[in-house]
Amino acid sequence: MTADTQAAPGVDRAAGAPRRSAASRLVNRLGGGAVQAALALIALVWLVPTIGLFVASLRSSTDSGSSGWWTVFTKPAQLTLDNYGNLLDNDSITRGFVNTVMISVPTTVLVVIVASLAAYAFAWIEFPGRDWLFLGVVALLVVPVQVGLIPLIQLFGEVNLFGTVPGIVLFHTAFGLPFAIFLLRNYFAGIPRDLLEAARMDGGTEWTIFRRVIFPLGGPAIASLAIFQFLWVWNDLLIALIFGDEDSYPLTVAIQQQTRQFGSNLDVISSGAFLSLLVPLVVFFAFQRYFVQGVLAGSVK
Amino acid sequence: MAEVVLAGVGKVYPDGTRAVTDLDLRIADGEFLVLVGPSGCGKTTALRMVAGLEDISEGEVRIGERVVNRVPARDRDVAMVFQSYALYPHLSVRDNIGFGLSLRKVPKSQIREKVEHAARLLGLTDHLDRKPRNLSGGQRQRVAMGRAIVREPQAFLMDEPLSNLDAKLRVQMRAEIARIQRDLGVTTVYVTHDQTEAMTLGDRVAVMKKGVLQQVAPPQELYDRPANLFVAGFIGSPAMNLLQGTLTGTEDDLRVRFTDQSLTLPREVLAARPALRSYLDRPVIAGIRPEDMEDAELADGPEGARLTCTADLVEAMGSDVLVHFAVNAEQVVTEDTRELARDMGTDVLDKAEAGPGGTPMVARFSPRTRIKVGDPVTAQVDTGRMHFFDPETGASIWDSAQPSPRKESE
Ligand SMILES: Nc1ncnc2c1ncn2[C@@H]1O[C@H](COP(=O)(O)OP(=O)(O)OP(=O)(O)O)[C@@H](O)[C@H]1O
Ligand SMILES: [Mg+2]
Repeated sequence: MTADTQAAPGVDRAAGAPRRSAASRLVNRLGGGAVQAALALIALVWLVPTIGLFVASLRSSTDSGSSGWWTVFTKPAQLTLDNYGNLLDNDSITRGFVNTVMISVPTTVLVVIVASLAAYAFAWIEFPGRDWLFLGVVALLVVPVQVGLIPLIQLFGEVNLFGTVPGIVLFHTAFGLPFAIFLLRNYFAGIPRDLLEAARMDGGTEWTIFRRVIFPLGGPAIASLAIFQFLWVWNDLLIALIFGDEDSYPLTVAIQQQTRQFGSNLDVISSGAFLSLLVPLVVFFAFQRYFVQGVLAGSVK
Repeated sequence: MAEVVLAGVGKVYPDGTRAVTDLDLRIADGEFLVLVGPSGCGKTTALRMVAGLEDISEGEVRIGERVVNRVPARDRDVAMVFQSYALYPHLSVRDNIGFGLSLRKVPKSQIREKVEHAARLLGLTDHLDRKPRNLSGGQRQRVAMGRAIVREPQAFLMDEPLSNLDAKLRVQMRAEIARIQRDLGVTTVYVTHDQTEAMTLGDRVAVMKKGVLQQVAPPQELYDRPANLFVAGFIGSPAMNLLQGTLTGTEDDLRVRFTDQSLTLPREVLAARPALRSYLDRPVIAGIRPEDMEDAELADGPEGARLTCTADLVEAMGSDVLVHFAVNAEQVVTEDTRELARDMGTDVLDKAEAGPGGTPMVARFSPRTRIKVGDPVTAQVDTGRMHFFDPETGASIWDSAQPSPRKESE
């Protein structure tokens, strides 16, 4: 025991250098901590409106009418799930939610599939007129959605697509494709030619090359495209309002109609808005890692 | 495994570039053929036409019994090793190697077995589950090899597979490729512009220039009996010295005259090159390999087989000494030498214009030589091993007056 305690100072002195480095590590960590704290603060400020919306959706409409959402911090008893209960009983909202899903998901899937196939062809398959056709696609990028409204209302009317979910899906898909093809084609074109040729030598057909090489390597671009396309359609009001009808209106239109009927009814709007915000968030976080993944590292030296 | 035959193959790219002209090659079953030539001579193009990655503009390519001009790459049953390795970044080493088999619907258990066998052959067993980005350059190269090996193809095609490795690893992998090819006995076409690789790996070496085949022969024959100036200058390092001279004397006492010196040729030269007779009293291009010269103080030899001059530069390499000097002789400037100079990154014409100093030469002397820069040099030339070329055509002068070295003699 005594030997141990006597030895201790010596050990301490010997450990002087590492200890200093431990101190500097602490400073480093503090520095890192300060940055982290700042980031957390910024994130919090950014989140305040969302939190406000969320809290408002948990308060009754009378409370919301008489005081701000922050009063819950002093009166937590105000919180209630009634709004969400009512929301589920509100046919217009539930139908809107289902419609939104029925519109956004097929549109996203269609756009991703069609655009990635087209982009592969534009990037890697030689066919006459390819570059002119691609220029055409690029030119379509600048055609505003509004230009298509009237002709498509007439066209959809003739083929009985007007006011239906498939009609809205088709519209979104058609107007989403030019950008989607443009984005993916440029990404695919950056995949080293050798990789495709290696796959060709390995016995790949165009289809297997697309499915087993291009598609996995295009992951980051396809994921970003899918997220943006999904969010765009999910939040759309214009197209849905014009091309939908009572049975095919999505959530955005349904929420908008609630305001018109009752003037201000914060309870439905806040909970409905939060519901429509939740899904995109989940989607974003589910695909977010693809944004940062450098899949191509180490393929070709 | 199969024979690969190119018959009159030519390639014109869509933009009008002619990359390969009338290429005739017959690569025997199991043979290792190396394709060499300066940058841009069409080696890669030729290889890619065999692979099916490039349309064949003219002629015919056969693999085994089959004409493959119209057969897509995936059905040609040949494997290619790319210069960039072209590994699939999203797949593990195991899946990279097995990719070709899985596309061919080989049962999983069999793929596993074959991949593991190939991995053992290449020392990759410990890395099978890693991604290519976590491998070193040499390991990536092995994976690329493995991908070719497991398919057990009719032929291997390799396009400068070692050029991305550092010098030491390159030597090691070179030996390994030679061993694997010998063990598997797969017909191989190997493109490189490294002549050491060409000489050490090839059963035969094909030399190309500007899309035209110059000569195909086993490495030693290429060195000993180059078909023309271009092959003579391309094979060998340092390159063969070329001098413009005149053949004088009589059949019994043959000499080459340069501006102010001459070399006596032994009788066997005429025996080996009967066509030289018709060049008597006419200009010829004489070629002397650096290793066929020796410091006269260290070597015995006839008085008449010596060149005297002054050492401009002495490079001690350890095992031998390279002595640079200039000989008073007209410099050889032909289309071939220009092409060679372009490949070496020097310009012959500039030197020729600068040139009262004569033609620069390099000799490889024994390390025992005591020559220093500025010393007078007397080089003993092994005149029996000299080469002679027609100044007009650049063709080697051998037994027929009208040699046609540009076609493969098979
Ligand atoms: N896709 C193409 N289109 C037009 N010309 C091409 C194409 N590919 C190659 N060429 C030209 O064809 C010629 C032969 O090229 P190739 O790549 O076969 O040369 P190489 O012998 O492999 O050269 P290196 O040793 O530099 O790889 C060159 O002049 C090149 O510029
Ligand atoms: Mg090349």
